[in-house]
Amino acid sequence: MSDTAKNGLSRYITAKDVKRSAIMAVWFMFLTFPIMVIKVNTVTDTVEWRWFNMLIIGVASFILSHVWKLMIDRREGRMADAVSSSVIVEKKTLRDRMEEKPMIKKVGSLVILVIAVLFPIVTGMYQTSIMITALLYVVLALGLNIIVGLGGLLVLGYIVFYGVGAYTYALLNYHFGLNFWLALPLGGIFAMIIGILIAIPVLRLRGDYLAIVTLAFGEIFRIVMENWNGLSFGPSGIANIPRPTLFGLDFSIQQSTTLTYYVIVIFVIITIFIVRRLEDSRLGRAWVAMREDEIAGEAMGIDMWKTKLAAFALSTFWAGVAGVIFAGKTTFINPASFTMWESILVLCMVVLGGMGSIPGVISGALIITLLPEYLRAFSELRMLIFGAVLVLVMVFKPEGMIPAIRQKYEFKGITGNKNKGDK
Amino acid sequence: MAPILDVKKLRMDFGGLRAVNDVDLYINEGEIVALIGPNGAGKTTFFNCITGVTKPTAGDVMITPPSSGKTERINGLKPNTITERGLARTFQNIRLFQNMTVLENVMIGRHPRMKAGVLGAILRDPRTKAEEKQVIEDSYEILKKLNLEMFVNELAKNLPYGAQRRLEIARAMATEPFLLLLDEPAAGMNPQETRELDDTIVRIRDTEGITILLIEHDMSLVMSLSERIYVVDYGKLIATGVPEDIKSNPEVIKAYLGEEINA
Repeated sequence: MSDTAKNGLSRYITAKDVKRSAIMAVWFMFLTFPIMVIKVNTVTDTVEWRWFNMLIIGVASFILSHVWKLMIDRREGRMADAVSSSVIVEKKTLRDRMEEKPMIKKVGSLVILVIAVLFPIVTGMYQTSIMITALLYVVLALGLNIIVGLGGLLVLGYIVFYGVGAYTYALLNYHFGLNFWLALPLGGIFAMIIGILIAIPVLRLRGDYLAIVTLAFGEIFRIVMENWNGLSFGPSGIANIPRPTLFGLDFSIQQSTTLTYYVIVIFVIITIFIVRRLEDSRLGRAWVAMREDEIAGEAMGIDMWKTKLAAFALSTFWAGVAGVIFAGKTTFINPASFTMWESILVLCMVVLGGMGSIPGVISGALIITLLPEYLRAFSELRMLIFGAVLVLVMVFKPEGMIPAIRQKYEFKGITGNKNKGDK
Repeated sequence: MAPILDVKKLRMDFGGLRAVNDVDLYINEGEIVALIGPNGAGKTTFFNCITGVTKPTAGDVMITPPSSGKTERINGLKPNTITERGLARTFQNIRLFQNMTVLENVMIGRHPRMKAGVLGAILRDPRTKAEEKQVIEDSYEILKKLNLEMFVNELAKNLPYGAQRRLEIARAMATEPFLLLLDEPAAGMNPQETRELDDTIVRIRDTEGITILLIEHDMSLVMSLSERIYVVDYGKLIATGVPEDIKSNPEVIKAYLGEEINA
């Protein structure tokens, strides 16, 4: 422990560090020169030189580069400590304490549940609407987590299945007047069918190849929807999709928003429950084995074909259901809602949160959807801050914010080695 | 009783390269047989052909599981099907599921002997629960047999090297094979670990009744362990017999040491 302290805070800043920071400051001044210093006034045709801004950038990046270096050093120092010390320092995290006392977990879940139930009552419709979007992404991220986080298959066109769900509801409603509740399972099932159909030809692919092919499928879906006017009404989309109601009653916008909110909360809970159970099952272990080593998995008797297909089918089902809810919430859909950017965003949530970890993926989804929303106060800086947060998390927590841990088992006699390795 | 594994005229071509050239091999129940040869002789390719990782160009791979006694040709079946039939293997370069715990690695081995499907996993009906409990217990027993029980909840990648090798064997045993194929089980082990491995392999054969075919470079291990030896070089079978004969076989010495024979 004393080593860490010496490495970290009271460490002297060497001349080399100062030189490096100075170079970095100059580099940043140069980089930001066009946007921070030059300001062209188009009315009077004059150029304003804001040299003071340059000074601020220089000083700020000089200081920040020191802070950055210090943080990196501390992180490496910690890692070195973990490797070298024979006595593992028992550092109790919240997670450890949760394992010891299941009460904390129970109380915590209850508190979250109460907050979730009271949320639309306490806050207004605007906040509820934002939260619905966030929770839709939670369902999407949990679904994608099955393929990417557990199965280790990099799929980039996941939003297709979200789109299939949304279009299922919109079209069935347009042509046959199907209501929201019937569309809910149907959207999931249609997405699942499309998922299986896409999965069959691409099953033999892995890694980058699979990513490229699924990316292509994503684009095909969007372009077909944009151009096949007879089916999807093209870029003008489908409007006047009814919001969900109950027992055929007339709901105000506020009421149905609240209803949508509760529907999505219930679906999040169901999704968590099912994914949690799958994770520790025969199938879940087969998925993780597939991620770890496909050849060894096959040699252990796992039918990779079936396992992959199951991953695709289960994962796409959730996207379809989320799609139906999305269509019911916005009452209007067009292909612009299902671009590649959305697929990548969902993938970001899974990776940022922690692949294969349910709490990780949920917090990843919430942060990625809510952060830009609540940063609106910073207007033009919000995407910059958002990007910086993503970079920081990936540098300091490369395994995600809440990395996955494996199930542990207790046996009489020996309770096993209780420490968790180096994680 | 027919041999439990009977390979006839097995041939494997990679483009113009004949990696395995008409090799014949048979194993009777309860034997420990070794397959040796210089680097690049085609030993691992031979293993891959038998276990379905690659599909052999020509020849027959016949198995006769002692439980059923029915002979079956297994060329070109998928690896997982072959494992279900009762052949299990380990890998030359360790291929554990690194980020899973030791117990889970063995539980994966139980996969083909389990039945639970998606619905079972979600609903956790009594049968699935019982199966899951049984698997955990069985897997723990297997770990005990290979002295790995102290690592139960450790991630596989954090294990010492020798223990990782043993875990590969444990994982293969979990699939309940009648024939265990070990690809260089002693590679990278120190002499102490190798001696322990020697005991372990004999114990697996004697107490579990699993027949063993191994590829190995450690000659002292091969000579002390195996009852019969096959020697391949450039994909061809050059000698076969008991260890004493192999030791003095001029062909074998030539393959290992070169043209000049100085016996």
